[in-house]
Amino acid sequence: MAQMQMGAEGMQSLPALLQRNAAQFADAPAYREKEFGIWQCWTWAEAAKEIEALALGLINLGVNEGDFVAIIGRNRPYLYWSMVAAQAVGAVPVPLYQDAVAEEMAYVLGHCGARFVIVGDQEQADKVIEIQDQLHQFEHMIYLDPRGMRKYDHTQLHEFSHIQDQGRAARDELTGELQARQAKLTYDSTCVMLYTSGTTGKPKGVVLSNRNVIQSAKNSAEFDHLTLGENILSYLPMAWVGDFIFSIGQAYWCGFCVNCPESADTMMTDLREIGPTYFFAPPRVFEGQLTNVMIRMEDAGALKRKMFHHFLAHAKKVGGDILDGKPVGLMDRLKYALGNVLVYGPLKDTLGYGRIRVGYTAGEAIGPEIFDFYRSLGINLKQLYGQTEATVFITVQPDGEVRADTVGVPAPEVEIKIGDNGEIYYRSPGTFVEYFNNPDSTASTKDPEGWVATGDAGFFEEGSGHLRIIDRAKDVGKMADGAMFAPKYVENKLKFYPDILEAVLFGNGKDRCVAFINIDLTAVGNWAERNNIAYASYQELAGHPQVLESLREHVTAVNQSVAEDPMLSGCQIHRFVVLHKELDADDGEMTRTRKVRRRIVEEKFDDIITALYDGSEQVSTVTEVTYEDGRKGSISATLTIVDADVKPAAVHKVAAE
Amino acid sequence: MLDNSLSYVTEDGRTIGGVVMEMKNITLRFGGVVAIKDISFDIREGEIRAIIGPNGAGKSSMLNVISGFYVPQEGEVLFHGKKRPQMRPYEVARQGIARTFQNIALFEGMSVLDNVMTGRLNYMKTGLFSQALWKGKAEKEETENREVVERIIDFLEIQHIRKTPVSRLPYGLKKRVELARALAAEPKLLLLDEPMAGMNVEEKEDMSRFILDVNDEFGTTIALIEHDMGVVMDLSDRVVVMDYGKKIGDGTPDEVRNNQDVIDAYLGVSHD
Repeated sequence: MAQMQMGAEGMQSLPALLQRNAAQFADAPAYREKEFGIWQCWTWAEAAKEIEALALGLINLGVNEGDFVAIIGRNRPYLYWSMVAAQAVGAVPVPLYQDAVAEEMAYVLGHCGARFVIVGDQEQADKVIEIQDQLHQFEHMIYLDPRGMRKYDHTQLHEFSHIQDQGRAARDELTGELQARQAKLTYDSTCVMLYTSGTTGKPKGVVLSNRNVIQSAKNSAEFDHLTLGENILSYLPMAWVGDFIFSIGQAYWCGFCVNCPESADTMMTDLREIGPTYFFAPPRVFEGQLTNVMIRMEDAGALKRKMFHHFLAHAKKVGGDILDGKPVGLMDRLKYALGNVLVYGPLKDTLGYGRIRVGYTAGEAIGPEIFDFYRSLGINLKQLYGQTEATVFITVQPDGEVRADTVGVPAPEVEIKIGDNGEIYYRSPGTFVEYFNNPDSTASTKDPEGWVATGDAGFFEEGSGHLRIIDRAKDVGKMADGAMFAPKYVENKLKFYPDILEAVLFGNGKDRCVAFINIDLTAVGNWAERNNIAYASYQELAGHPQVLESLREHVTAVNQSVAEDPMLSGCQIHRFVVLHKELDADDGEMTRTRKVRRRIVEEKFDDIITALYDGSEQVSTVTEVTYEDGRKGSISATLTIVDADVKPAAVHKVAAE
Repeated sequence: MLDNSLSYVTEDGRTIGGVVMEMKNITLRFGGVVAIKDISFDIREGEIRAIIGPNGAGKSSMLNVISGFYVPQEGEVLFHGKKRPQMRPYEVARQGIARTFQNIALFEGMSVLDNVMTGRLNYMKTGLFSQALWKGKAEKEETENREVVERIIDFLEIQHIRKTPVSRLPYGLKKRVELARALAAEPKLLLLDEPMAGMNVEEKEDMSRFILDVNDEFGTTIALIEHDMGVVMDLSDRVVVMDYGKKIGDGTPDEVRNNQDVIDAYLGVSHD
């Protein structure tokens, strides 16, 4: 009877969804993984059996309700099953970033007090073994790939398949227990705990309930009309909330197939073979692919190259409009159709985007040219804005209303308000339950009414109602004349140029803005090679007059575009300097996820900033650097300061009110 | 057949069995040049046996004697206790001996997969005609062999270059492909001629890892020649040291490291 009553409302946990899928979509593919050169496939019925065996095995091993089970490894079906199996036995899955070093893992594992750890291979197992003395609650580790593990002491160590075998063997005794535990799961039970990467301070454990995950998955799936027939490629870190929603939340809600690549290195090949219909990637993946295409076209024959550029120019003109369903002339449509046969179609196939219906990019700002390139080919690439605490979705771009410079309208059931300082607040069914064991942080992030502060500043664009993100709220300041200072906004515009790797803008409380720029050694080095410019070091290339001149042109162009924005026209760059070293995480100038630590950069290069403001033409400086092995050294350099053209901003004073 | 009275278990839990191959008083001459002079040593089942020595010591010649490519003028090679007759290379391979080369010897124009598949030739029985038609038996045979090869590709983590022509690969990866091809023959005794020559530190670490894993997972006996003393001492169970065609040391890495003759050969001696 209970089974019969399960309508959409009855689907209150992932194990419940799994049961539904195993019954309704029994023969539909649920998971694929390329192994030994062949795509291995599991149907929903098979996946349910595997997960059941694992869940029984976990009970057999002594996993109790409320225990934390850490999961560490690359995207593999087995590890996705582990998350669902952990939930089925009433435990809480905690996926960890597989590239975390042992100390970082020690903090997270200690913080949640994980009794059980499931790892992908020997590399991860070694890290856990290295820190297990610090982990008082740690009891058992389960590993997936037995390679190299044979000699290890197996008192606390178990092979994944053995746990499943034990589960199957104990099926008769333990099934009752498993069913009883599953029956207890409600919409408010914890579904998963995800640690935020921690750009500021220690990582925090974000507790997400079944309601958060399933409701968000349901709403977003309906928003994009996702169906049973979708295929996705799961290659982004399992510890990241996005992967959890796409590869588990939406996959279980819709019943679509999750495909895991063979290894990190084969991702591009696997992408082409699978041809996903629904795809997610950070901007760098799209950038990398575009660069590859362009470089390879340079080597193509003259006819092909001409055809490529001719049709690409046409796509740029009308492709986006066709995708958005706007009126386009018949001749242009015919030409686009021809281009599709000759260029766009084959190109999309090569990239693995031949079947894409919906594609998303998020995490960082994407360059408008890159964004438009993919859209002009007919790939429905969109942007969304979200965070772990919101179970991803805050705003999304609806089909037909896609632009490079906004992040879309509020996602279904999400309310948004903008604070006095421009900070964005949201409230939604996806709003997280709490930070684990951290009531202070929970209270300071989420108010009693359920509004969550994002820490980002932004505004709704008049007319379209789309949200535009300006910067991190704490980085947004005021200039001496009261105009808004939003460094990231300008830096992103600079970073869209391929030869600029990183940029840092200063000007908070000052009368004008100045900037540091890091060149991209690959792009600039390539350019130098083609133009026969010899250089001996990064430092020499960074200071080359021709490099400075081309950067000055970029800065001028950016100033032009900034000047057009009435709110931010004060952020134009008056003077800039090209740094003699790359900003580096080893020197503490960046986080490990490559985000600039503004304060540290400001303190460290204080002398250069002073020179930028006092009008001197050159500055000599000595900088301490840390090598990869931890040794320290210093480099000295004399940097040329470049003046840039500043554009007039007519409406400046009005907007500054 | 094996004399198991010598077998023991290493510190890291591997079982070293009896003698697989024994060199008895080997002398090898090329005309008037004596490359190897009266050398005797053995290789036991499951061990990693290194042959080291300065340039021109006769290491590669020794490996070629082991592989049966050179036939020594004096002395005998006992394989599983029996004196080994002169053999053609494919006969050596059928006995379960595979090797890699100091200067990579792959088919440059072929893909990694095809190169590794050539290592399975001894296991392919169907004739040219049926392979060309690719029907029935030939198809089944290729599928079976491909599976073995795919497991090796997975083991050595070269999935991403499966379809890449070998000529496009960097040096370190070529070395790994060569190891894959040797492993495809499922050898009992694997001979590695300077597996780490010309590699950077990271590549050396990877290769060391793979050699240890091969030995550990498949129980393959490995004889290797290597220049890099540090690598040899970390990897091997026993080491033979050669100098000017003579054996000047034989034993565990620790024993060899403290052997005065070895120190002299490597560091040189003053003549006063």
